[in-house]
Amino acid sequence: MATTVNADPVRADREREHAAARRRRWLAEVGWKYPVAVLLVFYAAFPLAYVLSAALASSGTLTGSTELFRSVSTANVTALADTQFLTWMANTLIIAGSTSAGSVLMGAAAAYAFSRFRFAGRRGGLTALLIIQMFPQFLAFIAVFLLLLALGDVVPPLGLNSRLALICVHLGGALGTNTFLMYGFFNTIPREIDEAAKIDGATHAQTYWTIILRLVTPILAVVGLLSFVAAFGDFILARIILTSESNWTLTVGMYAWVSNELNANWGLFAAGAVIASLPILALFLILQRYIVGGLTTGSVKG
Amino acid sequence: MAGSPRGVRGGPPDRGESHARSWRGAGWGFVVKLMLMAAVNAVGLAIVWSAYVEGSWGILAGTLALTAAADWVYFSKRSLPAKYLFPGLAFLLIFQLFTMAYTFNVAMTNYGTGHNGTQQQAVDALLIQNERAVDDAPEYPLTIVRRDDELGFAVVDDGQAMVGSSDTPLASEPAATIDGDRITVVPGWDVVDRGTLLADQSLQQQVLDLRVPVSDDADDGSIRTREGTRGTVYRSTLDWDPQAETLTDTETGVVYAARDDGRFVADDGTALPVGWEVYVGFDNFVRGFTDSNYAGPFWRITAWTFAFAILTVVTSFLMGMAMAVVFNDERIRGRKLLRTLFILPYAFPAFLSALLWRGMLNANPDYGIINDLFLFGARIEWLNDPWLAKLAIIGVNLWLSFPYWFLVCTGALQSLPNDVLEAARIDGAGWWRTWTSITPPLLLISTAPLIIASFAFNFNNFTIIYMLTEGGPRFTDTSAVLGHTDILITMIYQISGVAGGRADFGLASALSIIVFLVVGVISALTFRRTRRLEEIL
Repeated sequence: MATTVNADPVRADREREHAAARRRRWLAEVGWKYPVAVLLVFYAAFPLAYVLSAALASSGTLTGSTELFRSVSTANVTALADTQFLTWMANTLIIAGSTSAGSVLMGAAAAYAFSRFRFAGRRGGLTALLIIQMFPQFLAFIAVFLLLLALGDVVPPLGLNSRLALICVHLGGALGTNTFLMYGFFNTIPREIDEAAKIDGATHAQTYWTIILRLVTPILAVVGLLSFVAAFGDFILARIILTSESNWTLTVGMYAWVSNELNANWGLFAAGAVIASLPILALFLILQRYIVGGLTTGSVKG
Repeated sequence: MAGSPRGVRGGPPDRGESHARSWRGAGWGFVVKLMLMAAVNAVGLAIVWSAYVEGSWGILAGTLALTAAADWVYFSKRSLPAKYLFPGLAFLLIFQLFTMAYTFNVAMTNYGTGHNGTQQQAVDALLIQNERAVDDAPEYPLTIVRRDDELGFAVVDDGQAMVGSSDTPLASEPAATIDGDRITVVPGWDVVDRGTLLADQSLQQQVLDLRVPVSDDADDGSIRTREGTRGTVYRSTLDWDPQAETLTDTETGVVYAARDDGRFVADDGTALPVGWEVYVGFDNFVRGFTDSNYAGPFWRITAWTFAFAILTVVTSFLMGMAMAVVFNDERIRGRKLLRTLFILPYAFPAFLSALLWRGMLNANPDYGIINDLFLFGARIEWLNDPWLAKLAIIGVNLWLSFPYWFLVCTGALQSLPNDVLEAARIDGAGWWRTWTSITPPLLLISTAPLIIASFAFNFNNFTIIYMLTEGGPRFTDTSAVLGHTDILITMIYQISGVAGGRADFGLASALSIIVFLVVGVISALTFRRTRRLEEIL
């Protein structure tokens, strides 16, 4: 508009004023948000850029590298091969993967039962789960420790220092944590779909496995991701259950790398942290749409 | 939105042919079920058998009950809902409900280091600990034998070969070959020759530590060796009187009597180092509040736990909400990219973030980048000063959790009822009025359950505390390993000793129960409150 040639100076003036006012308004309402955004992005991303830079630094410390990405080398990454990092990574992926798969299957089955069947103890069961949900499972870690101590004498694969035992303990918390989230979602699937399948002669198992599970995929993804992340980041249970170094998960192993101030190995830590976070970052960014939806629907309606 | 089935792939099955027509009786589903149940029963019976052998009656009964329940559930026609609930319920029962109940049980005992068995086990342990070589006892020619990782002794007594290990008392072994006065071959065992023994330091220590009981009765003593070729009988200097429940030191004559609190105590008040497990009622709870080592730290730690949880939720909610309000604006370009960048801290595994910040906050500017880069190389002891460490924890937790609230509040803002906002505008409310009196209440109602959940989560946020400061800096006025930034859950972890150190399962369980109660009461109160809020809406 400002480019329009106009013979009338008064009108041109007024238009200039108009444009200036609009710019002022834009600055007051929208424009200032960009510098704020830059600051916030710096705040959010700086530590991550920093760990990436330290992982690629040639020295073995998290230190002195005031200039990010001053040197780029793969020394730290290759040094990981001499440690147990890959074993821990594999352990973590196995434990978190099994926990996630088991939690999804058991949680979905329970949510299906509560959502579709009417049986004695249904209301009581839902209330009980709501109460259990409040108490995080690891609060009873002493009893878990003592239980595994006793179980180990009878069934060594379920005793202390067994990855299977840790998976079982995590699965013990699955129903309490996930049922409500899933129950709310299952209720949004119209019952008419079940009834139509039933009239067509499908058994309850066929309805569940081939119809319902497909319709609730978003919540399965959310619960799978949340249980994966929870098991991935668990420290307290992994620390007390897995005693030998070759059975450790990443939390226990990487904590051991840097917990001792005198021989903390930050270069290895940084390289390990970057590699370890990649699967989680990827999952989060792919599923972020589902996460917000899942979080709000599950708890608001629960 | 995940809240509706729209946009989900799949949908109803083909409408071409009815399922009834393609029904072929018990299909492969039944076969899979049969195989799974066979496996469940096999594992269940194996555990039952092994529990029977070990004499673990609790595990035996539990396994039997669960296996029987599984069979009933999956082979009965009347238990349809249970078919879907059973697997999850079984795990929930064992690893959450049982452990919670068991926590109450342990809290009533003195279970811990020095109190971890029956009275008989304590007596046996004490008898063994106080074994000395018996004066002018006979010496036996001794051979060291090995089977996998187990070491044993083979001795010759009156021309008869006897073999035993630390777990199995000496027993006669007629099949062994005696050459001269010593044993050279034992069936089922490998003889360890002198050369191997001399070359292996750790093996020598194991041989020195090895005690092979003479019989099942700990009073009979055991065979030990000092140089690997001759064995002597060691007997305990303590004498156990099962009737009077006393242990008498045969050298000094001091009598240690069994007491109700699970210890052997002499008249002068000295106690033997090994006790046994007894029920002590609410003593652990009383001790948590009165013991000079724990009472002071307990109140300070409780106060900090509340302060930490509340401040974390308030700061991160306010920051997340402000960001959501500012950036939920269609005129801003690149909102998707911004959102992805903003939630990076949330997507990065929390334990790694906490450890990373621990490195970045190092006091020495040569090591810690925060001091070096942003504070001009000042030497600020972020993690070693009581107040700065608390500030650092809140700050790091803000960084970790503001993206969550940004996501939640953005979602909530976008689903605010438009008619309410429109009505407000028609009624003449400006943007200030809208943002102060209309939006926040609506936001709070839809996010209140999440705020409570977040509070409960942070109340027990073990990872951030332990990874960042491990509870330090230490309190100087107590000998307990507790510090200024410990919260209740890390305090319980330290006291329990599950990760090494002195264990006090009883006291730690009692403290867990206090945490159970706090979390339960808060959740119950606030859930009732939210329901009331929702009714208003």
